[in-house]
Amino acid sequence: MAKVIVDGIEVEVPNGATVLQACEAAGKEIPRFCYHERLSVAGNCRMCLVEVEKAPKPVASCAYPVADGMVVKTDSPMVRNARRGVMEFLLINHPLDCPICDQGGECDLQDQAVGYGMDHSRYKEPKRAVKDKYVGPLIKTIMTRCIQCTRCVRFASEVAGVPELGATNRGENMEIGTYVEKALTTELSGNLIDICPVGALTSRPYAFVSRPWELRKTDSIDVQDATGTNIRIDNRGPEVLRILPRINDDVNEEWMADRGRFSFDGLKRKRLDQPWLRVDGKLRPASWAEAFRAIAERIRATTPDRIGAVAGELADAESVFALKALMTALGSRNLDCRTDGAAIDATRRDFFLFNTTIAGIDQADALLIIGSDPRKEAPVINARIRKRHVLGKFPIGRIGPAGVDLTYPHHHLGEGPAALRALLDGSHPFMDVLKAAKNPMVIVGRGALARPDGLHVLAAAWQVAAAANALRPDWHGFNLLHLFGGQVGALELGFLPGAGGKTLGGMLGGGVDVLWLLGADGFDPAAIGAETFVIYQGHHGDRAASRAGLILPGAAYTEKDATYVNTEGRAQRAWLSVHAPGEAREDWRIVRAAAELLGVRLPFDTLDQLRARMVQAAPQLGEGFAPRGCEDTAGPAGNAAEMSDAPFAPAITHYHLADQIARASDVMAECARVYGEAPALAAE
Amino acid sequence: MALSDKDRIFTNLYGVQDWRLPAAQRRGNWDGTKAILERGRDAIIEEVKNSGLRGRGGAGFPTGMKWSFMPKQASERPHYLVVNADESEPGTCKDRDIIRHDPHTLIEGCLIAGFAMGAHAGYIYIRGEYYNESVVLEAAIEEAYAAGLLGKNACGSGWDFDLYVHRGAGAYICGEETALIESLEGKKGMPRLKPPFPAAVGLYGAPTTVNNVETIAVVPTILRRGGAWFAQFGRPKNSGTKIFCIQGHVNKPCNVEEEMSIPMRELIERHAGGVRGGWDNLLCVIPGGSSTPLLPKHICDDVLMDFDALREHKSGLGTAGVIVMDKSTDIVRAIARLSKFYKHESCGQCTPCREGMGWVSRMMERMVEGRAEVEEIDLLEEVTRRIEGHTICALADGGVWPVQGLIRHYRPVMEERIAEYKRRHAKPLPMAAE
Repeated sequence: MAKVIVDGIEVEVPNGATVLQACEAAGKEIPRFCYHERLSVAGNCRMCLVEVEKAPKPVASCAYPVADGMVVKTDSPMVRNARRGVMEFLLINHPLDCPICDQGGECDLQDQAVGYGMDHSRYKEPKRAVKDKYVGPLIKTIMTRCIQCTRCVRFASEVAGVPELGATNRGENMEIGTYVEKALTTELSGNLIDICPVGALTSRPYAFVSRPWELRKTDSIDVQDATGTNIRIDNRGPEVLRILPRINDDVNEEWMADRGRFSFDGLKRKRLDQPWLRVDGKLRPASWAEAFRAIAERIRATTPDRIGAVAGELADAESVFALKALMTALGSRNLDCRTDGAAIDATRRDFFLFNTTIAGIDQADALLIIGSDPRKEAPVINARIRKRHVLGKFPIGRIGPAGVDLTYPHHHLGEGPAALRALLDGSHPFMDVLKAAKNPMVIVGRGALARPDGLHVLAAAWQVAAAANALRPDWHGFNLLHLFGGQVGALELGFLPGAGGKTLGGMLGGGVDVLWLLGADGFDPAAIGAETFVIYQGHHGDRAASRAGLILPGAAYTEKDATYVNTEGRAQRAWLSVHAPGEAREDWRIVRAAAELLGVRLPFDTLDQLRARMVQAAPQLGEGFAPRGCEDTAGPAGNAAEMSDAPFAPAITHYHLADQIARASDVMAECARVYGEAPALAAE
Repeated sequence: MALSDKDRIFTNLYGVQDWRLPAAQRRGNWDGTKAILERGRDAIIEEVKNSGLRGRGGAGFPTGMKWSFMPKQASERPHYLVVNADESEPGTCKDRDIIRHDPHTLIEGCLIAGFAMGAHAGYIYIRGEYYNESVVLEAAIEEAYAAGLLGKNACGSGWDFDLYVHRGAGAYICGEETALIESLEGKKGMPRLKPPFPAAVGLYGAPTTVNNVETIAVVPTILRRGGAWFAQFGRPKNSGTKIFCIQGHVNKPCNVEEEMSIPMRELIERHAGGVRGGWDNLLCVIPGGSSTPLLPKHICDDVLMDFDALREHKSGLGTAGVIVMDKSTDIVRAIARLSKFYKHESCGQCTPCREGMGWVSRMMERMVEGRAEVEEIDLLEEVTRRIEGHTICALADGGVWPVQGLIRHYRPVMEERIAEYKRRHAKPLPMAAE
């Protein structure tokens, strides 16, 4: 520890800390543009200059290491003069077009100019103008506003792992760009907008839409992948205008994936805003009363074992719990939430969770990825893996399709279970790497389980983890990477076939007469038996809705207070930002009302009562989250020897079109076009 | 009291003799190199310290001390010697003559310096425009390898030392030591933050020392003739001999090796044939390459050419590129040209330099015409003060010093220029409205 005196305040900071950190410890805010906690130090904006006693010149506090007994002044005439100088230099070639700039009101340059700027410009020479660059469909560039802090360059190369941005030319002609024009090939590009301290990189969909002070901000959780990214939804009136990440070091740090950030325009399109009832083969608008009568008639006329329910990918825990309670009351055991058919063994929680935890990746020292492409399935988790990779000594092996760029180098061990078998019998050298590691990690993708031999793959993956000594009370190295925000919650609540109940496969093809789909869209609706009456409860008129006999309009994740469980098993709360459109209602209320008409009394009338019941049933949803070790190394049922030799298929082929909200989004459609993902139209 | 021929280190500075190895050996290069190395690392550094040698690249940092910053214990990281031959300072051409006419002084120096800092590899980063010089240098290195003077067991000393030549691409900033390292690593030449200093984290993250060509090239002779011999020239703390590059309005521009602390007037009159039109026709002198502030004639009359004497007059020895300007010079225009150069060569990393150099340069352009207000001279001065000392490297400092020197010594000229412009462009008196 080093003692540092900052403006007369004595603070102790660890050796190796920077002067800026010492100043922050002393409660002194240091203005900065280029410095960012999660990026390497550039030290080039020179805004954070402070005076250090005995140093001849002011020093850049972001880069200068502390020394014991150092005396720092953050508000001396020397410092003020230096910062005013830097501010003046930054502004002479800045267009000062704040009135038409989307960053206005949340611009670092604007804020700092209040403290260090002048009331007039002394610069009488011609100003510089820079040609705007194209860096993709999500980011709008106004490069004349750029202050060359290079945060975006460092983010792209360090965090996103796509070293596609750089600076060309030098001196005042320096420009940030991609050199050869191209769209940035990262799923994290939206974060460039957040880290840009000025209005050079702004959101293209949000361009000229609103001012930050007009927005109402609501904390929520991104459900469009299973990371559980903490987000803030900004709305004005009934419209969601943008989505930003919140800081949560244990989950998403401060990053967010593009699909979650930019597909909210899909919340305004293809929405189910009133009940629809199929009459004579055609869907026609109906009232809620008619809809509930139709449910009651159908369900009363059906024996419980011919009723099934499927929970969807984006469903919140509350509505899943409500639907399960209804089904149980009706006497049906035909429940399933594995819409992709993944052979998930839910007999123990650690069979289906990301047990190492996302923050735990930092402690891992070897990684095996089985049938997963984390870059597409969970870009933020992929960035965390990359962050660990950058620290070094982190061998990574992957079994899955060849030619996948994860943004970090890795050993491609094979395309299918054969490689897994080779690891198990010890004939593959990567097994020695895993065994040599202290904290090895295995990540299994849902894609590896969504196949006929999925159960055996799961068992084999567990055995690899066990053989690598990754299953210890102090370290759980077995991880399942889920794809969407509703999947784990349904598993935690046991939305799975009861004794003698049918799985999704059993319910399809006429296995049930009434099929209640709670936003379930992950399978081909054509597989549903022709005679089956489908109740589709959800928010988007996507694939399954068109097959429905009855449509119940539900609320999207922005439109309800709800709990979502991420791939780690971390239950997080989202709050209502805007109300659902038209007649649409919160999903648990719809289930509750339907139960009333069916003469079933569900034991909750309010959301609080529901939650109390839910936490009774699944206490882990109410407790705080804590990482768990592995107490029992006995693996899931399954036999590694029975794995077929079919190669693992990717779980997500079209990143930008992977869920129903994204499929309704124009922005995502444009991304899919730019990034060469032909939209999956076949399903319609 | 000029330097006598027997005390010259660069005996073939003018290329009268052949640069190749046999001729160089006849001149005394590579003589007893093995014995020098056998004295050991500490003894060599001690001798260099005793000689009082200060870096010849401009900053004048004591060389022996710089070498002693290299870690004593070898770790798994190699040590590197990097020689800065990216001689781009306007007014300086000493390294060029060393490389093309006396390359073996440099190569032998590299071996000795490399040995003294525990480096098995050295890189010479040569300015890209010095194409012919790089050809000579590479040929000379080939000769040295062929003669067993470099490579495995160099000179029979048991020390392995490899030397590589890397050509730059013409950026002035790559002469800054950390930008040079970046460039050598294949990145854009932009100075690094210090600390950490290159002696701790340098080329490829390994301990590195960057020295100027002349600094390295004088080392073998110092070790052969002793630090005391070298220290006898010049004033204390400014010892040794130095190559001065004298150009501009002199009768006979030349490079010359002279004692440090020689009076400027003597240097110019003895070696460069005097100022064009006589000493009284002198306007001012830029004493140490373009980034040092100019000195008007009354200072030049008796100033000594060394680090400390020039600093007393708020200038510096720099690289000892002496630019002489007689009274025919438009001094504002001359300095404006330098400003343009620094604007062009700023790497663009730090805000004050990136934005400020353009501002200064544009104001200077107006000052040349006089198209400005007198108050703007103060603004110009203030802008230079806001640039100076606020950046990562010293390019910004060097870029604004000439302007500061101009304002310090020639402000009346600038004011007169402005008044003159106003006279010429005075609006005619408004006519009464008809």
